[in-house]
Amino acid sequence: MFEEIGTTTEGDLIINVGPQHPATHGVLHLVITLNGETIKKLEPHLGYIHRSIEKMCESLTYRQFIYVTSRMDYLSAHINNQACALVVEKGLQIEVPDRAKVIRVLMAELTRIASHELWWGAMAMDIGAFTPFFHAFRERETINDIMEETCGARLTMNYMVPGGVMQELHPNFQKKVKEFIKLFRLKVHEYEELLTGNIIFKNRMKDVGVLSKEDAISYGCTGPVGRGSGVSCDIRKLYPYDAYDKVQFDEVIETAGDSLARYMVRIKELHQSISIIEQLIDNIPEGDYQAKTKAVLKLPKGEFYQRVETARGEFGVYIVSEGGTTPHRIKFRSPGFSNLSALDKMARGSKLGDLVAMMGTLDLVIPDIDR
Amino acid sequence: MSNQALKEKITQLLTTATFDETGEWLNISIEATNWPAFANQLRHDENLLFDYLFCLTCIDNKTNLTMVYHLTSTKYRHNIVVRANVDSIKPEIETVSHIWKTAEFHEREVYEMFGVNFLNHPNLRLLILPDGWEGKNPLRKDFEDPINMIKL
Repeated sequence: MFEEIGTTTEGDLIINVGPQHPATHGVLHLVITLNGETIKKLEPHLGYIHRSIEKMCESLTYRQFIYVTSRMDYLSAHINNQACALVVEKGLQIEVPDRAKVIRVLMAELTRIASHELWWGAMAMDIGAFTPFFHAFRERETINDIMEETCGARLTMNYMVPGGVMQELHPNFQKKVKEFIKLFRLKVHEYEELLTGNIIFKNRMKDVGVLSKEDAISYGCTGPVGRGSGVSCDIRKLYPYDAYDKVQFDEVIETAGDSLARYMVRIKELHQSISIIEQLIDNIPEGDYQAKTKAVLKLPKGEFYQRVETARGEFGVYIVSEGGTTPHRIKFRSPGFSNLSALDKMARGSKLGDLVAMMGTLDLVIPDIDR
Repeated sequence: MSNQALKEKITQLLTTATFDETGEWLNISIEATNWPAFANQLRHDENLLFDYLFCLTCIDNKTNLTMVYHLTSTKYRHNIVVRANVDSIKPEIETVSHIWKTAEFHEREVYEMFGVNFLNHPNLRLLILPDGWEGKNPLRKDFEDPINMIKL
């Protein structure tokens, strides 16, 4: 592996971070060339959790392949499933009932909150603040309980199916979500008091891992990473799907491009997600939760692409169909893969200790990168 | 720009391009040898400005491979899909990683999964597959793995 590193000058030190390292949150392997404490070069080595989901999907039907996608970005499992359901609906021109559309958006936003909470706790722990982790997980648990009641699972829900959602909402759903949102509004302020204004935290985040707007676009950075650099890239706003065209929310954009900006985008997104849920929770339309579909789905010959906004950025599903029951080729454009490619650019010239802050605010989920 | 306007503009840039409008976005098929110059024009032309490559992948058609590039402009918000056929035995195409940085990782992925050789790529090495991987490319249709692949 070391012959690949290229030319090193005297005094350079090459270190491996990962694949087993607490700060990489998964099996990510970084080979870093250091000069003193300064990072000269950083090279990710991937594939430690690669399951070749794209190959697997080529032998699964259009109903089956949705379940595999929960295992990619497991913190945005609902949104991955939603993208797959949407692309099949696009191919078959299935009209989804309004009720299902609203339920999907509610679930997606709850997932986004849960994902951002885990990120917030884990990122703070990487930086050295231990308390936020417990605060974040306390509220995340409530979301998991809500999910469990309706979907039957806490992490990989598999609730979306082509044509709508799998089953009716649990009778307690609305009540529990309303209780949660009421409590969570207060908790977000508590989070901010705990961490956002903290001077030590600010010093660790400000001007660390700066990514310019041009670079963010060129590296294909999306989600909070792109928006932290001032790129307008929220798919929910740009290409609305499901019920996102019926709700009012702002696209959060920060222009500084540093770790603090990416942090602020996610914290502000929590408020936007709360607002979306509040608008919809009392207005779930009556009707069917699933459109009538054939037992065997056959996509017509052609190509279909669907973009959605997961908690980490733009997720795309690209299906090439030859008219059969299984796809000819399927490609998942995962946000983490592109966001990770910008890490080398961000890290060069900064100190090794700051790398943890950069990786924390990139919000990397390794199964999403490896697929 | 509307699809019609894009079509006229692109015909001016590359007369040999063929179009297909049946999909969601305008599909443009080109010769692989025209790609580097054409990509540069797409990125830098003032009326096009395709600055964001949101998907780069390859399709194995058994007889040949097709490289597929999904492009969008963050200024004008128009999308196109560029397709270029490459040979399946000796697949070669010029890299675009100097135009869109995200292509560097995506091309490395296509290189190991499909065996496409990206000419002038700055760092064309295995990214996901383990070091010393020998044999066929996993996402090709003729790939067989008797141990890990179970046929249903």
